[in-house]
Amino acid sequence: MSTPVFVAGVGVISAIGNNTAECLYALENELAGIGDISYLDTIYRSRIPVAEVKLSNEELAARACLPSSLSRTALLSLLAAREALHDAAIEDLPKLRTGFVSANTVGGMDKSESFFAEFLSGKDKGRLRDIVHHECGSVTELVADELGVRDYITTISTACSSSANAIFFGARLIKQDIVDVVVAGGADALTKFTLNGFNTLMILDHQYCKPFDENRKGLNLGEGAAYVVLVSERVAASLKIPPYCKLSGYYNANDAYHQTASSPGGTGSLLAMQGALERSGIQASDIDYINLHGTGTQNNDQSEGTAIMKLFGPPYPKMSSTKSFTGHALGASGGLEAVFSALAIKHGIIYPNLRLETPMKDLPFIPEIKFSKGVVVKNVLSNSFGFGGNCTSLILSKN
Amino acid sequence: MKMYIRATGIISPQRTFGHPAFLAETVEYKEDRLYCAEPDYKEIIDVKWMRRMSRIIKMGVAAALECLQEAKLEMPDAIITGTAYGCMEDTGIFLNKMVENKEEMLTPTAFIQSTHNTVGAQIALILSCNKYNNTFVHRGFSFESALMDAILLLKENEANNILVGSADEITDFSHAILSRFGLYKKHLSSNLDLYKDNSKGTIAGEGASFFVLSNQPSGTDYAILEATTTFYKPENAVAIKKQVHSFLASQSLNLEEIDLLINGRNGDIDDDKIYEELNSIMFSDTTQISYKHLCGEYPTSSSFALWVAVNIVKRGALPLAAGNVTGLKKKIKRILIYNHYQTAYHSLFLIAAC
Amino acid sequence: MDKLIADLKAQIIAQLNLQDVKPEDIGNDQPLFVEGLGLDSIDALELIVLLQQHYKIKLSNAEDGPKVFQSVRTMAEYITEHQAQAV
Repeated sequence: MSTPVFVAGVGVISAIGNNTAECLYALENELAGIGDISYLDTIYRSRIPVAEVKLSNEELAARACLPSSLSRTALLSLLAAREALHDAAIEDLPKLRTGFVSANTVGGMDKSESFFAEFLSGKDKGRLRDIVHHECGSVTELVADELGVRDYITTISTACSSSANAIFFGARLIKQDIVDVVVAGGADALTKFTLNGFNTLMILDHQYCKPFDENRKGLNLGEGAAYVVLVSERVAASLKIPPYCKLSGYYNANDAYHQTASSPGGTGSLLAMQGALERSGIQASDIDYINLHGTGTQNNDQSEGTAIMKLFGPPYPKMSSTKSFTGHALGASGGLEAVFSALAIKHGIIYPNLRLETPMKDLPFIPEIKFSKGVVVKNVLSNSFGFGGNCTSLILSKN
Repeated sequence: MKMYIRATGIISPQRTFGHPAFLAETVEYKEDRLYCAEPDYKEIIDVKWMRRMSRIIKMGVAAALECLQEAKLEMPDAIITGTAYGCMEDTGIFLNKMVENKEEMLTPTAFIQSTHNTVGAQIALILSCNKYNNTFVHRGFSFESALMDAILLLKENEANNILVGSADEITDFSHAILSRFGLYKKHLSSNLDLYKDNSKGTIAGEGASFFVLSNQPSGTDYAILEATTTFYKPENAVAIKKQVHSFLASQSLNLEEIDLLINGRNGDIDDDKIYEELNSIMFSDTTQISYKHLCGEYPTSSSFALWVAVNIVKRGALPLAAGNVTGLKKKIKRILIYNHYQTAYHSLFLIAAC
Repeated sequence: MDKLIADLKAQIIAQLNLQDVKPEDIGNDQPLFVEGLGLDSIDALELIVLLQQHYKIKLSNAEDGPKVFQSVRTMAEYITEHQAQAV
């Protein structure tokens, strides 16, 4: 691993907080953001719990200084990206080559699905402004323009591993000297499309999810946005505040087993974690904390657990799924969890895996059930495994 | 490090699948929408896979498999796809049912097939390929980003042979919606007259193109991809001119060393202004051809242009379909592709003979 | 029962997009999953919707799926048993 890449800033908005400080508070006080649907107009209100960002589109737009008619995904994305850049506090940013690598799974679908409902009654029906940001890339374009970033912009969409892939793609752009700074991560807003889609797969828990519990029943959908500001060594040296950590490892592998299910042996997961470790140059035993993909589905947790069992021996690292707090924010989840991982290193904290009652009997380890601080956290492994077999693992390490 | 385009596989509105004689004839369209000339998929894709594939996935998978076959590559070291619109047919089907049935009795197939990474994922599934797999979905840079990712992997020594490509489709729904934005010609007699018609609007296109990009010569490669770059929302033609010069200079080249320019004119009087301006300030002496009359306008059309370029360079000459082009050198050894999508997304590719 | 079985075969082929499979290719007792017709978990979800759509029967527990969908005959038996109680 030649040129190191550092995390200089973070920004996040999720069901547990509208910014990093609020999210940290919720994590420390074990306050999950899951509850009844309040913003989405769906028959599933009061029937399926979700993890919504606790702001309406009008409130998000007011904070973002953008029209409230824009896609919620764009509003979330801009707020988190702005916070990250502000947090990084890079002097002379306009003089540096800056990139924006974002990710999402359904773009501006929250608006398109309203457009579509009207469009179906007549080809000339529906307001064009509701469909103009339908594309995944359009949401990114909107936010890039607001941030004033132009040197390199792109969007990645690989289901639940999207923003993890975005983060390490951004890192590679820096390593190859294409840009000096990259804002990388992702966003996704709750939509009827995804809510119904996941419901047809019967993998939604109708109660609050219990990742890595023997009796887990599925996931809770979430929403949010999270970005890290990655910088080159040269830029890191110029920062007033030392970076959070460095991105020391990353790997992308494909499970190639089934369109949606993960292989029982966790092939893709294992390859991703192994690859990330190899690249980072550290041993499995050096990992202090694993931020699990841990969706709470029977399939994922069994598959991911099996892969961890194969790769790590006792004593197993501490681990937890923060989806027990934020729900599964799809395209934003990798970003959310990368931010939480960076915060874990900076603050020496470990997050709990909420609502774990009965550990999975086939696994020789149990996730953390309490928040802890004053812990030495040097290396964190963050997993993101998605539909289409897309598996990505990131390793963040103390500088 | 040299980058070789070892193989191609393409489904487009022209007869391009199955490696027929390169653009020996042109398929004419008399409406504002071009349709891919699709093969009998049963001949390339196992029936058991096809039942979970909508049209765009079949197009992408077939193009990818044909490409791998030509490269004699059983297992690529990475699979990277670019798609701006994703899997629209299934998105539309699921949305339709969701609205019609008021969110009841929905089935999962259309939903799982609608995710943007499905083309890349299906290819991996068919090949049992556990390697690097990524999907880019950034408008007019979707293919370019995929290519950039492939190039980075080669430079990082993470891969030797990469399957990289793009796929975008038009559906009845999407065409109706995009038409409302005024993107397409109101009256056009033929796609072959696209550049003669000085009016607003272009024609809608679609296609799936895949390439095997290698860091080793095979002896039968199409061409060398010398360099590629993108730039976003340049201020004016002068800024574009600077980008082009800087791009060529990075390869120690000047414009005179370009034998042919393939431009992304799309027949829209406003979009094409940029090409007119560039002609007067820089490309006045450069021999040029256009390609969008063949494949239509869509966010990943530059992959079609790349396919055209590598074929021309392999043969050293233009296809019959290019018609009479004056000012050509005896043998075409180096091609520059310059395209922009909706004036925001600009890309350059430099292709050279092996 | 015979008509139900015949109808089911046609419905399964349509719902699961089983191109190249004709109703007569599906044995009444032939396993539908893993071996036999080789259906998978997504198909099981599709069949759950098929039951609802055509027979107004709701299989709310996906875990009952393997038993109910073992073969066309077990599906037909389940439908006959539950149709009387259907909502």
